[in-house]
Amino acid sequence: MDSGNASEGRLRDLLIRGLAGDAAAYRAFLRELSAHLRAFLRKRLVRLPDEVEDLVQEALVAVHNQRHTYDPGQPLTAWLHAIARYKLIDFLRRRARQDVYNDPLDEDNDVLAAPDNEAADARRDLVKLLASLPDRQRLPIVHVKLQGLSIVETARLTGMSESAVKVGIHRGMKALAAKIGGTG
Amino acid sequence: MKTDDLVLMLATGAGAVAAKAPLRRYLVAVGCATLVATLVMAIWLGVRPTLTGDMDQPMLWIKEIFCIALVAVGLFMVARLARPGAGLAWAPAVLAAPLLAMWGLAVFDLLAASPEDRTRLLLGISWTECPYNIVVLSVPIFVAIVWAMKGLAPTRLRLAGAAAGFASGAIGALVYSLHCPELAAPFVGVWYVIGMLIPTAAGALLGPRLLRW
Repeated sequence: MDSGNASEGRLRDLLIRGLAGDAAAYRAFLRELSAHLRAFLRKRLVRLPDEVEDLVQEALVAVHNQRHTYDPGQPLTAWLHAIARYKLIDFLRRRARQDVYNDPLDEDNDVLAAPDNEAADARRDLVKLLASLPDRQRLPIVHVKLQGLSIVETARLTGMSESAVKVGIHRGMKALAAKIGGTG
Repeated sequence: MKTDDLVLMLATGAGAVAAKAPLRRYLVAVGCATLVATLVMAIWLGVRPTLTGDMDQPMLWIKEIFCIALVAVGLFMVARLARPGAGLAWAPAVLAAPLLAMWGLAVFDLLAASPEDRTRLLLGISWTECPYNIVVLSVPIFVAIVWAMKGLAPTRLRLAGAAAGFASGAIGALVYSLHCPELAAPFVGVWYVIGMLIPTAAGALLGPRLLRW
């Protein structure tokens, strides 16, 4: 319990700084969160160990895309748990059609209980997913998200307008999330 | 793909996020849709001419306050359920208060009335159209609320859909009350509430499909 509370405080601090625009804090938040998500999901997908890392990434993308829904007055654990659980149920529903046994879900709020830093490689390939996006989304993501260029530099490099670069990143990240989530 | 690479990609250039943006979207959507519903009511049904004349009747104000209270709780529930991990808190208890008050008043009125008056108090002159009209007026509001919710991340889709339906039904009832001539508590307690419950049930049915992300 104590380690969960400590994580809550530290992660919440990192997220709030991240939401204010502190990129280093946000990166630290996501990195630490991925370990917690891994532990949370591994415990619930004992029979499906190969799926854990894919789902960790799916949940990470969901947290990232929905970060504007976090209300700083709200406990972070509850917010994270609701998203992780939503993605887990969504995943199990998709699997259920294939008639696979799955562990029953429980209601405990232990998403921050103990981190798990042993990342296996996810089976899906970001490069392949990116390649399936149209240029106007893929290029802004490659330049801004992977190479770390600014919006202005990317606009100059690609000949796109700055707003087109921003829109491309936004739509492209949503499209990637849908592909990672298997709904796209 | 390594998860650390994904983290790097998500965090690079993520920028600051405006926390107030979702709330603005929500308020603008609901405000515009309420305006649309009011226009539809004014053109289709018309504001009733006796409205100003009834203003000295306490029951007119009780009816309006009843609707406004349910709108407020409905919109609060929608705002809560649109965010992951935020429960309904005290909303169900607050929701029960205006309902119980209206039903209490209705029972009191019915008991006080003579047997031949009771049917009139309960059915008024418009019980066949009241729920239907409320449902029609709630449609644009339901669309707006679902759109606003989709900009956030509801995780309990059936409940969130039901709250969206209830809030739109309550706003629909408030708008309809500008046309409706009925002032009896038994009428409002039954037909207005049915008019709100139909969109609630529709929202619960449609929620998992409409709100999925």
